[in-house]
Amino acid sequence: MNIKKQVAIIGGGIAGLEAASVLIKQGLSVTIFEKQNREGGMLNHWSKLFPDFASSNQILDQYKVKRNNLNVFYNTQISSIKPKDNKFEISDNCNLKFYADSVLLSTGYKVFDATLKEEYGYGLFYNVITSVDFERIHKSGELLKTASGKQPKRVAIIHCVGSRDAKVGNTYCSKVCCITGVKQAIEINKMLPDCEVFNFYMDLRLYGSKYDALYLEAQKRHKIQFIRGRLSEVSEKEDMSLQIKAEDTLQGRPLRMNVDMVILLVGMEADELNPDLCKQTNLQLDENRFFKSKNMQTSRCGSTQIGVFLSGCCICPMTVNETLDNARSAAFEVVNYLNSDAHE
Amino acid sequence: MLYNTMDILVSLPFFIGLIYLVLAFLYRSVKWIKGLSKFDKLRLMQSMISKRLFNSIREIFLESLLHRKIFRKNRVLGYMHMSLAFGWFLLIIVGHVETMIADQSLLVPFHKAVFFRFYNTNEDFQLTKFFAFAMDFLLLFVLSGLVLAMLKRFKKKVFGLRRTTKLKSGDRIALTSLWLIFPLRLLAESNTAAIYHNGGFLTSGVGHLMSYLVNPDVLYIALWMAYSMALGFFFVSLPNSRYMHIPTEVVLIFLRNAGIKHKKQNDTYTDVQVYSCSRCGLCLDRCQLSVAGIDDSQSVYLLKNIRNNNLSDEKLFNCLMCGKCQIDCPVGIETINLRITQRIESTRQYNSSYEYLKTYESPKADVIYFAGCMTHLTPGIFTAMKQIFALSGQNVWFMDEDKAPCCGRPLILAGQYEAAKKLIENNTQMILDSGASTLVVSCPICYRVFKEDYTLHNVNVVFHSEYIQNLISAEILPVQKSELKMVYHDPCELGRGMGMYEQPRELLKLVGNVIPLNEEKENAYCCGGSLGNIKIKANQTHLLRDQALSEFKALNPDILVTTCPKCKKTFASGRKIKVMDIAEIVVDVLVKGEDKRTIIPREEIIEEASLKSDLVKL
Repeated sequence: MNIKKQVAIIGGGIAGLEAASVLIKQGLSVTIFEKQNREGGMLNHWSKLFPDFASSNQILDQYKVKRNNLNVFYNTQISSIKPKDNKFEISDNCNLKFYADSVLLSTGYKVFDATLKEEYGYGLFYNVITSVDFERIHKSGELLKTASGKQPKRVAIIHCVGSRDAKVGNTYCSKVCCITGVKQAIEINKMLPDCEVFNFYMDLRLYGSKYDALYLEAQKRHKIQFIRGRLSEVSEKEDMSLQIKAEDTLQGRPLRMNVDMVILLVGMEADELNPDLCKQTNLQLDENRFFKSKNMQTSRCGSTQIGVFLSGCCICPMTVNETLDNARSAAFEVVNYLNSDAHE
Repeated sequence: MLYNTMDILVSLPFFIGLIYLVLAFLYRSVKWIKGLSKFDKLRLMQSMISKRLFNSIREIFLESLLHRKIFRKNRVLGYMHMSLAFGWFLLIIVGHVETMIADQSLLVPFHKAVFFRFYNTNEDFQLTKFFAFAMDFLLLFVLSGLVLAMLKRFKKKVFGLRRTTKLKSGDRIALTSLWLIFPLRLLAESNTAAIYHNGGFLTSGVGHLMSYLVNPDVLYIALWMAYSMALGFFFVSLPNSRYMHIPTEVVLIFLRNAGIKHKKQNDTYTDVQVYSCSRCGLCLDRCQLSVAGIDDSQSVYLLKNIRNNNLSDEKLFNCLMCGKCQIDCPVGIETINLRITQRIESTRQYNSSYEYLKTYESPKADVIYFAGCMTHLTPGIFTAMKQIFALSGQNVWFMDEDKAPCCGRPLILAGQYEAAKKLIENNTQMILDSGASTLVVSCPICYRVFKEDYTLHNVNVVFHSEYIQNLISAEILPVQKSELKMVYHDPCELGRGMGMYEQPRELLKLVGNVIPLNEEKENAYCCGGSLGNIKIKANQTHLLRDQALSEFKALNPDILVTTCPKCKKTFASGRKIKVMDIAEIVVDVLVKGEDKRTIIPREEIIEEASLKSDLVKL
């Protein structure tokens, strides 16, 4: 085999980068198409990672070292994939055409638009922010401040915003928000020890290794209060503090509380451009608009189109370590495919 | 002698049928009228001796015979109904006149007119030829309608109908005998014409043809007998079939013109409406629920289930209460009120007592703003209204900002009328205590209940779009026309519910351009998020929402504007188009360039309002 096989990776987040590093080691020619002007994707927006408070920069820096022999097209939004004579023609909106033997999709996710839950007042009330906003503040090293520049005395963290909510069309669990809520509550307590933090949850889905320890630590050491009940509405008072209405389902009664800030734990949604990529291929979406796997149990990274593979959060919501694991298995599926008879 | 016995035998099935029908209808009518309240009976009596009697007769002629309303909606369907009803009516009248002239008597037994060609075989009289022609022409007219009816049953698309109602066995017997009456009449008369040469252009021709096939004498009695039996069967099956709507509609028209109204509990007026449904199926085509695959809860089925006493909650509560079916109903049945009454009846034992309700002391105010629960769930609208009130300079009490009583409408829609009455009483007390002269609401669901079910003397209930327009007319709110391309969605409760179609559009024209929609005003879509439907699943709601959104999107507007917070929320969740309430769009144009999220302190705004020219520059 003289000519190197070409693999196109769509999306230069950590899934794409991790898969690329595996594929290069296997002697393949790899090209990443990234819609933004830098790689790293959503991880660029996160400050510290659960459960060990590792810095996201640490992970991103690894890839800066690993990037020998990797071609990256920046500011390139791929809009179509077309199977053509055992290859795939990949094109963007501006006449770029690229031919690859196999395609790996690592298009990731987008964050739920919190303005769709208008009753929570995001975009209307200054002191309502999202978990993404909080990460940005935390990463900048600043302290959490209200709109009037004061330190908040009471913060409410709202779980399941845009997840497990049929009204906004997302019935699935975004999986990472519960532990993010616990993590951010601890971070607020570390940042502002006098600030009371309340987490409003439906049920806590802390399924990962060491997550429960973090939850216990949040309650015991950081005095975070967890209230079981979904928020019904937020309203702004004249001093721009917020009144929240919810139901405490453990006590079985309605609850009204005044807080200085509200943080919405926004869920993960499938990318809006996923349907475009399905148009000229056999790729399919599942009921949650993420890409459908060839088989839920045995081929999570295989797609419904032969030769096209999936990795990371374009399959379903995943944590960082799950994404990396998944990207490595996706890379091996690509290698197996390119070495198989089916491809020859 | 034999001939005379046959005479009687032939008309016997017809007579038995007719007598049964008349008795059954009389029995029902007496029961219906006896069941009316004392006042309604009085109303009916009075209407019989006033001008209303003529109105009723006129309406019966136009609707029961000519079917004017169906004609307007669908010409083919209108012709079909008219030819059957009006044609048959004329056959009876002209046939009777023919018999009177032939017998030279004013008093002729009417069965003689029905079987005229049978009884009157060879006597020539004045105008024989004319009547032969006229009767044949009318028969042809009815038959043409019958052909269309058969086509409709088997090929409904010809009529522009997507669906037609499913039949029950009682209906099948009635339908078959109805279909047989006129072809049998044609055959019997043609056969007679072949023997006695007394037919017109149609019957003599057909008779001639028939005589080639069979000896006319053989079939003579058999065909007339069959015709009579078809009539008899139809009459006997009529009271227990959907065709009961024919005589019942007459009763309905009399009752309605007497001023009898639908009640919040079942009475015999409900029964009259139920029996008046012809199951034409026009409401099926209108109903948006079919988009979500819900095909068994539409108004026609509701009426059928009430009549057959087998209405399930699953069907009763699976309705958007959008009122689209009502606008097309050719009989004018109040489908929505009827459904609400059934909901009231079915949930009577579950009504909450609301004994814990307290009336709080009301502050004195000029204007009350009742935002309602849905506006509280869309704080964008609430914030915009606060800014508008700040600019108005009026003393406004935000009645439900802190402690929020419900307006009562969602409870009424769910059939909890007794519970709703308690909320209404509680709210009324607080509103009247404040001494306010104006009550502003920003939700059509609240607006409707305040207008329809509250008694608020001296308090003017104003919808927020009207209030805003008044402020603009009074030059208190300065607005500038922008280049925005907008589509306006009519909320069900405001449009079909309260008939307010033009006012919001006029207001919008002051701030931008409104693109007309294909389906708007009376025909507007429901967003799908209706509070009236408590059975629909979220994914089914989304199908309805997306159907409306795709029509809006096709026009490529900048913004979708609505006047209902529930519609706003539902459409926004579709993520296809930017959705705003009319109050938000006005505020947007008002404080252009400034951060929308800033609530300008009240004193500052009033000062600024007095310097209007400065504000316009903003």
